[in-house]
Amino acid sequence: MTADLSLRLAAHRFLEGLDTEDVALLAAVARPAEFPAGTYLIREGEEADTIYFVDRGRVAIELHAPGRGPLVVETVGPGQVVGLSWVSPPFRWQFDARAAEAVGAVGVDAPALRLILAERPVLGFDLLQRLSGVLLERLQTTRVRLLDLYGDGGRR
Amino acid sequence: MVAAVEPAARTAPGHGPLTPALYRVVERQVELDDVVTLSLEPEDGPAPPFAGGQFNMLTAFGVGEIAISISSAPGDPGPLRHTVRDVGAVTAALCASPVGAVVGVRGPFGTDWGVDGIDPAADAVIVAGGIGLAPLRGAVDELVARRRGTAGGGVFVLVGARSPDQVLFPPDLERWRADGAHVGVTVDAGAPGYDGPVGVVTSLLPEAPFDAERAVALVCGPEIMMRFAVRSLLERGVDPGRILVSLERNMQCGVGLCGHCQLGPLLLCRDGPVVPYGGVAEGLLGEHRR
Amino acid sequence: MGVDPGAEAVVDREGLDRLVGVLAERGFATLGPVVSGGAIVHRPLQGVDDLPAGWHDVQAPGHYRLEHDGGDELFGWAVGPSSPKAEFFPSAETVWRARSEGQRVSLSAPEPPAAPTAVVGARPCEVRAMSVLDRVLRDGAHPDDRYTARREGAFVVAAECGAPSGSCFCTSMGSGPAADDGFDLAVTELLDGDHRFLVRVGSAAGAEVLGAVPHRPATEDDRRARQAVLDGARRRMGRSLDTEGLPALLARNLDHPRWAEVAERCLSCGNCTLVCPTCFCSDVKDVTDVTGGIERHRRWASCFDLDHSYLHGGAVRPTTASRYRQWLTHKLSTWWDQFDESGCVGCGRCITWCPVGIDLTEEAAAIRATDGAEAGSGGVGA
Repeated sequence: MTADLSLRLAAHRFLEGLDTEDVALLAAVARPAEFPAGTYLIREGEEADTIYFVDRGRVAIELHAPGRGPLVVETVGPGQVVGLSWVSPPFRWQFDARAAEAVGAVGVDAPALRLILAERPVLGFDLLQRLSGVLLERLQTTRVRLLDLYGDGGRR
Repeated sequence: MVAAVEPAARTAPGHGPLTPALYRVVERQVELDDVVTLSLEPEDGPAPPFAGGQFNMLTAFGVGEIAISISSAPGDPGPLRHTVRDVGAVTAALCASPVGAVVGVRGPFGTDWGVDGIDPAADAVIVAGGIGLAPLRGAVDELVARRRGTAGGGVFVLVGARSPDQVLFPPDLERWRADGAHVGVTVDAGAPGYDGPVGVVTSLLPEAPFDAERAVALVCGPEIMMRFAVRSLLERGVDPGRILVSLERNMQCGVGLCGHCQLGPLLLCRDGPVVPYGGVAEGLLGEHRR
Repeated sequence: MGVDPGAEAVVDREGLDRLVGVLAERGFATLGPVVSGGAIVHRPLQGVDDLPAGWHDVQAPGHYRLEHDGGDELFGWAVGPSSPKAEFFPSAETVWRARSEGQRVSLSAPEPPAAPTAVVGARPCEVRAMSVLDRVLRDGAHPDDRYTARREGAFVVAAECGAPSGSCFCTSMGSGPAADDGFDLAVTELLDGDHRFLVRVGSAAGAEVLGAVPHRPATEDDRRARQAVLDGARRRMGRSLDTEGLPALLARNLDHPRWAEVAERCLSCGNCTLVCPTCFCSDVKDVTDVTGGIERHRRWASCFDLDHSYLHGGAVRPTTASRYRQWLTHKLSTWWDQFDESGCVGCGRCITWCPVGIDLTEEAAAIRATDGAEAGSGGVGA
């Protein structure tokens, strides 16, 4: 089982170039995760205890508002990561993440990973660099969407 | 690859290049709540030939004139089509034009997407944002038709819109998909009942399996969107000389006489709007106040 | 007496006067330099008596004065604020008229052309400017038909320069003080000995007109005298512009701090574009009356207008620095990319008529002296 997970993690774009040894460390605290369409990977407010490396399907990151239903702020697909709030306190999910299509992922235990990284600063720095890259990209694209480029700019 | 079409552009006979020929609206299609496609036919004689990416200067008589890209394909048997977004006095008047109204047309002007010159074996990647899909529609039609059922390069159409109800030309997107093109659509903000991708248009690139090395990319949309799209295409390995963008500036005469559409070394009505990124737009896209 | 193109002849003052008469007889509306309102401007010319005899212009950045010395010299001045541009490319023009009734629009027939224009006393820099403007307005894929017709029917009598002003730098731009082509006749005023004019024929039309005017063949003395006038002019140029690699220099210094510096002086008034003989920007606007009449108007515009670059709700060039940069880089750099030659002919008008005396030769030299300098605080984007 761990061998399978090692293979899936090694093939995941987010972990590209990571040492086999380090991949095995992650795989040791991971489990396969399948989410049928419509089910939730993550719920707002719950403990941020898993990082999902998605390799199949599409995940909708959303917030729920009464009367307005779920508001999708971003969708995430294969090769991407769902769940970023495990990195720093308060370790609580800020959004819901719903499987928009059936999702296949590898879920890595976040508390266990934090312990491993505390012992292995070099790996820790590497993963945080990769994570920063994802955060930066999401921040940039979110900023671009904030500009509402396709809007009418208040001209009418 | 990108060259101006020979000046078969027609204006009213006996008049100079600033006088429009008279056309009539023969059909009016409401695309979105602020976007209308007008189908136009000349009062006299046939419309001049054009290539996808070119534009006409349309006159709303009594209001003014504006540059609008041609949104029909050169091979279309039907009338000339222009997809207009209501953003000011002239475009409002054009969008409100009923069937039977007279519209002035001068053109076609400008450079085109160069569909004829695209290597049939190369993948064609189209990245369109918002109303930017309109100047690309004709070129995509042509590419999809030429490559349907062939073993050559594929067609990858990546479309970004504000929200699900702002996606332009859904029937064309479906048709292209059915004819073998890879079509991806994403929106900046979702809506109830929408379960598709939400994110910037470049987020569709990773799932578009085109061969970057030989690919040709046609990009059209707001300037910021084009900058980000070009960046992502370059990161993917597309050759900068094979990325085409559509640049925009204030246009008044459309024929290289009034000086308004200058962007650095270019007169966009003559040297654009379609311009290669490598060596040309590269030095202009990110510049401030140029 | 038959005259050939390329021939050189000499006329006297009466002959020059007769020349103006011949042009009127041939149906030309003749314009030439006259003193009006304290400046030498282009006005209808009846004869040689209308020319600015004895007048000299003193020009410097932001400075223009006429002085009279009581003499007979007709062309002892450089250039005034106006140029022949306005004759061929009017400052305001109605391009077409139409009438709209219900769902019918009818265009009026195009207006017939006016009488052909003859320009007497066009400076070599102005002749060059006309050819620069030809390349923009006539030689592109969509020629301005009215401009083309006016240019085709025109008769140009150039007057070579003997008295450049403090603002002149035609030698730097290769557009003077001699007239090389683009004229029907070119006159050089000679004051050594008899007051006479060496006339060079530049076209068959010029030959025909000269043939109807009393003249004698030019001698070696006359030719030497002409060279002396031109050499004198070359030595007395007001200023110079180093054009070596200039287009590329400006293109790589778009963020130079000098742009912010000149913007502190520039009023963005557009005077420079108004007096420049090659500026061609125009606004094209439709106007209506309440009875269904529609007209398309074309009017001179300036890249210094805030709205010139209006796009998507605002100006692309909202700062004076960005607009000054556009003007200067277009004139001296990107004009090459667009039209394969320089847009500047070295007439110096922009220097003289700038209310704050900005000198583009000085601006270009300043950038050249600190090529590659980066903005600290400020800069174009600020």
